[in-house]
Amino acid sequence: MEKFLTHATEYLPILLQGLWMTVAVTVLAAVLASVLGVVWALLRTSGVRWLAVPARTFVEFIRGIPILVVLFYIYFVMPEIGIDLTAFQAGVIGLALTYSCYIGETFRAGIEAVDKGQIEAAMSIGMRRPMMMRRVILPQAFRIVVPPYANNIVMLLKDSSQVSVISVAELTMQGKMLASSTFDNMTVFTLVALLYLCLTIPLNSLMSRVERALRRSR
Amino acid sequence: MIVFDDVHKSYGTFEVLKGISATVEKGEVVCLIGPSGSGKSTLLRCVNGLESYQKGRITVDGLLVDVNDPTIHALRTRVAKVFQRFNLFPHRTALENVIEGPVHVLGQPKAEARDYALELLARVGLSHKIDAYPAALSGGQQQRVAIARALAMRPEAILFDEPTSALDPEMVGDVLQVMRSLADEHMTMLVVTHEIQFAREVADRVLFLDGGTIVEQGTADQVLRAPQNERTQDFLRRVTHPV
Repeated sequence: MEKFLTHATEYLPILLQGLWMTVAVTVLAAVLASVLGVVWALLRTSGVRWLAVPARTFVEFIRGIPILVVLFYIYFVMPEIGIDLTAFQAGVIGLALTYSCYIGETFRAGIEAVDKGQIEAAMSIGMRRPMMMRRVILPQAFRIVVPPYANNIVMLLKDSSQVSVISVAELTMQGKMLASSTFDNMTVFTLVALLYLCLTIPLNSLMSRVERALRRSR
Repeated sequence: MIVFDDVHKSYGTFEVLKGISATVEKGEVVCLIGPSGSGKSTLLRCVNGLESYQKGRITVDGLLVDVNDPTIHALRTRVAKVFQRFNLFPHRTALENVIEGPVHVLGQPKAEARDYALELLARVGLSHKIDAYPAALSGGQQQRVAIARALAMRPEAILFDEPTSALDPEMVGDVLQVMRSLADEHMTMLVVTHEIQFAREVADRVLFLDGGTIVEQGTADQVLRAPQNERTQDFLRRVTHPV
């Protein structure tokens, strides 16, 4: 234990750098994925074929490709068609694209779960579709969607470790390098796991607090 | 006011409405009765374009009801609807539910809409519940808010789709009371209902639907006290003398 602690203080600064990078990648990707997710969901539920079909096709495509392949594609293939990205940019974009599809599906399910009677009530007072969406459907879908959305974000945080394969120096990557130079696998990876928990546990409790607040406001 | 002229509607090969012709005059209360699956609710849904129909014409005040025509939105503001399951907006208070249409669809000033909404909520006996969310209201209270929401649009007619069917028995009276007072003021009302007693007292005319056609129509007295058609007689026997 004592050995663990001395080594831990030695490793921690390096791992914290990785942790910071993990947070940066996650936050940027989450924001981008959420915005895109809303777009996919709105397109897919628009009832307009030439909007819904391309959105669905894109979502199905990305969902069917492993995240590692998406990352390799963006980082290694894009430069060949003239789009040069840093590893960090490629990592954020790859994560965001992949998760925008999961999040979009979550949002779509939420929109579709709103009682059909609500649509009829809104139509019956003369609302057009955009207003109905804004004032009736989305506020209700939002409440439905918070728990699965929170789950998506936690998954995104954990999957940010995947960007290490394209050399983004985030927590997992730093851990791997540290472990291979010190051979102290036990200490390093225990610390890495604990640092991830330092992020996921507060995130989970924050989300359940939001959930409870929403339920109270009904 | 509302004219049905040979209205046909099918879901796939199943014909729900097989040529409905009828008229609801201004200020008249018309009750639609009939067994479930007879097409009553579907007919009502066609009037404000919640459902399309394939053949015939429905007109409201001379205006053709056409789901695919942009005028449908304006038409819906003139014909309000009250639903079986209330369909209040759960994320808005009673008062907010009532002013939603006037403020956001009709563009009325908020203060004006609010004053009228308070008047309407008082009228349906819910002045003490204006800030309550639907989840905190009983079924009967929710339905009365829904009626206030319909009235807030200052509609020329109101469609009621089995407004008391989802209510506990002790709540039914309050809702019918409100509807009766509207009838007394000559609000044009088309009411799908199983409340035969209500129809008998309030309706100017009654249409009996069965299998997608109007089997019998006439004054409430004619249809409900002295029905001519065998199916009407049978139906009334079943609903008024449950085993």
